[in-house]
Amino acid sequence: MLGRTANDLYWMARYVERAENMARLLEVGQRLSLLTHESGHSEWRSTLRSAGCEEGYLTKHGAYESDKVIEFLLLDRNNPSSVCSCFDTARRNARAQRTAITREMWESLNTAWIELASRARPWMKANELPPLFDWVRDRSALFRGAFLNTILRNDTFFFTQLGTFLERADNTARILDVKYYVLLPQNELVGGGVDSAQWAAILRSVSAHRSFRWVYRDTFKPWHIAEFLMLSSEMPRSLRSCYAEITGALAGLADHYGQTPSCLELAQRTLKTLEHGEMTAIFQSGLHEFLSDFISNNNRLANEIAATYHFND
Amino acid sequence: MAFDEMRGTAKSKRVRAPYRNIAEWLDEQPPEDLQRKSAEAEALFRRTGITFAVYGSADPGERLIPFDIIPRILSASEWRRLAAGIEQRVRALNAFMYDVYHRQEILRAGRIPEDLVIQNAAFVPEMIGAEPPRGIYSHIIGIDIVRTSESEFFVLEDNTRTPSGVSYMLENRETMMHMFPELFSRNKVAPVEQYPENLRATLESVAPAGIDDEPTIVVLTPGQHNSAYFEHSFLADRMGVELVEGQDLVIADGYLNIKTTQGLKRVDVVYRRIDDDFLDPLVFKPDSVLGVPGIFDLYRSGRVTIVNAPGAGIADDKSIYSYVPEIIEFYTGRAPILNNVHTYNCRRPDDLAYVLEHMAELVVKEVHGSGGYGMLVGPASTRDEIAVFGKKVSANPERYIAQPTLALSTCPTLVDQGLAPRHLDLRPFVLLGDRMRLAPGGLTRVALRKGSLVVNSSQGGGTKDTWVLSE
Repeated sequence: MLGRTANDLYWMARYVERAENMARLLEVGQRLSLLTHESGHSEWRSTLRSAGCEEGYLTKHGAYESDKVIEFLLLDRNNPSSVCSCFDTARRNARAQRTAITREMWESLNTAWIELASRARPWMKANELPPLFDWVRDRSALFRGAFLNTILRNDTFFFTQLGTFLERADNTARILDVKYYVLLPQNELVGGGVDSAQWAAILRSVSAHRSFRWVYRDTFKPWHIAEFLMLSSEMPRSLRSCYAEITGALAGLADHYGQTPSCLELAQRTLKTLEHGEMTAIFQSGLHEFLSDFISNNNRLANEIAATYHFND
Repeated sequence: MAFDEMRGTAKSKRVRAPYRNIAEWLDEQPPEDLQRKSAEAEALFRRTGITFAVYGSADPGERLIPFDIIPRILSASEWRRLAAGIEQRVRALNAFMYDVYHRQEILRAGRIPEDLVIQNAAFVPEMIGAEPPRGIYSHIIGIDIVRTSESEFFVLEDNTRTPSGVSYMLENRETMMHMFPELFSRNKVAPVEQYPENLRATLESVAPAGIDDEPTIVVLTPGQHNSAYFEHSFLADRMGVELVEGQDLVIADGYLNIKTTQGLKRVDVVYRRIDDDFLDPLVFKPDSVLGVPGIFDLYRSGRVTIVNAPGAGIADDKSIYSYVPEIIEFYTGRAPILNNVHTYNCRRPDDLAYVLEHMAELVVKEVHGSGGYGMLVGPASTRDEIAVFGKKVSANPERYIAQPTLALSTCPTLVDQGLAPRHLDLRPFVLLGDRMRLAPGGLTRVALRKGSLVVNSSQGGGTKDTWVLSE
């Protein structure tokens, strides 16, 4: 496989995943800004931070305004992480690698791209954002379904998996890090309506507000929320689940190419930390510090993978 | 009245034999069903991403080539004759290329003016003395053919550089079989789906000598923004080979390599879809970033095969075209099976005078133009357009040729008002390697505007599925 092909597959998957995450962040942001009128600004600020788009937004728009934030994260083609830009980039990468992906994958992505161009703005104008957010999630699910059901389990599969789960891990970690202060144990005492809404929002951002109850069967407790999103082996967007997939894909590549890369060890180390991690210890040594380390390690791993497999030679 | 592929001439009352089944079927279809199916086909093409980019158009996006659901049909005996003519032509053109890059017998014999070849922009002097595997220069060829009556076919143009359109031939068939399976049980249509396999076999058969393993083949594309990008990726995919850009290739240890996830890997055969000029900045255009510096030297030393060979354009140059009957006779010793259209070379003073006098009746083409750009269809042009074009021709006569306007055959085509005759041509695709492989049929292009004779997709042409019936 060409190094450029691996690179394109990886980014194709990252951008589809990012589009989905972006839609979910927007959905939660919109919900919170409706619930908490006075703190609407800070909610949009958290959303932009979680999306990694705060600086770009402020440079362009200055103040936090619902419509502008939504426009920026949904449609703005100058923002490389907007939903529209994500689909543009994912589809461009897919088109460059039509030979590597299956017809089903290409068609699901190409159809999404064609439809988004005609739907996004009218939906936003008509103030029908929830259906649009649903639609984006559906398209992403369709794409992943097409991928999982049709692709050969070779390097194409592994590089695409890496893109999906490195992006997902980054996203979950960011959501937690931006809101880490509402998850600190002392807040449990404070409680109150706003915090409870915040906790629900965090779970919603990773589509876990219902599955949480199946696992913990109690009201939202910040301690458990943090544990669920970081250490749970059941929760498919938890850091641990992401790293189980990442190490799986890297082990698959090692097997496929008959060569064990050093980045596999790096990923396994992170996975071990998550498997053996305990929330008490993490809270004691600092949740924010833990998450910052995680995010920078995740980036380091991405760079090492790119170097190992000649993504940009 | 032009000859109609389904109804014959205006006088004949009966549907021609190859079309009997389809005519019956068409009669059974409610008109609105056909329109609906046609819209479905379009949606299918868009979803699959079978698009092309139009150079210089205001809308830089991707466009579809309109697909017409009424097939164009050739009988087995019609095809046999065409196939024999095509084979003869392709062998002669390759013999011609071998000759002009070696002993130049045909020039010494005075059958073609020497300067027409040697001074030609498509002639690549660096190819003189090179020995391409099996002596083949043009492995992948498209021959443009038009029909004017029951028995008359003419070759309009040869495409010996990088002919495109074969992906449409394959996708058109795919679409027809998907949408109208019943038609294929009612008609015995020769399959075309083995083309990618044949292409691969052809490319493998011209790999450099001394390769023990299966040769590594790549398709070299200029990239996503090229108008034929869909076809490049389509062919690579169907052959199961890498689609690469210049940036993915590098010369190391005396061989051409692709940059893979596992480091460098040797490449043996390059099916290139970029022009000669861009192939190697060390030999051709120095500012090209699409090609690979040094690839030409490797090619000359037999370490990699480039398909089609550099310099293959000499055989399809429009000024050489009028000599193709001579070329066929010279190398095969036989008269051409397929005729050329009579061509006036404006570089000859007599021809120029005739052309300027009769422009309103002629089709005038730029020698180096392609894709329907830079041409004038006399009967379809205004007096002013003719006057303007005439000035261009007088200023640089050597750049132009002219041909009589042919009454291209028509075939029923679905338009907004229902079925109506529209003019067509045919581009069969030939592969030449260890042997010749000719796909039955080819790509039928249709001029969708009423009365128009220009079938190029860049000028509003569409395509049809092309059937060769088995006996």
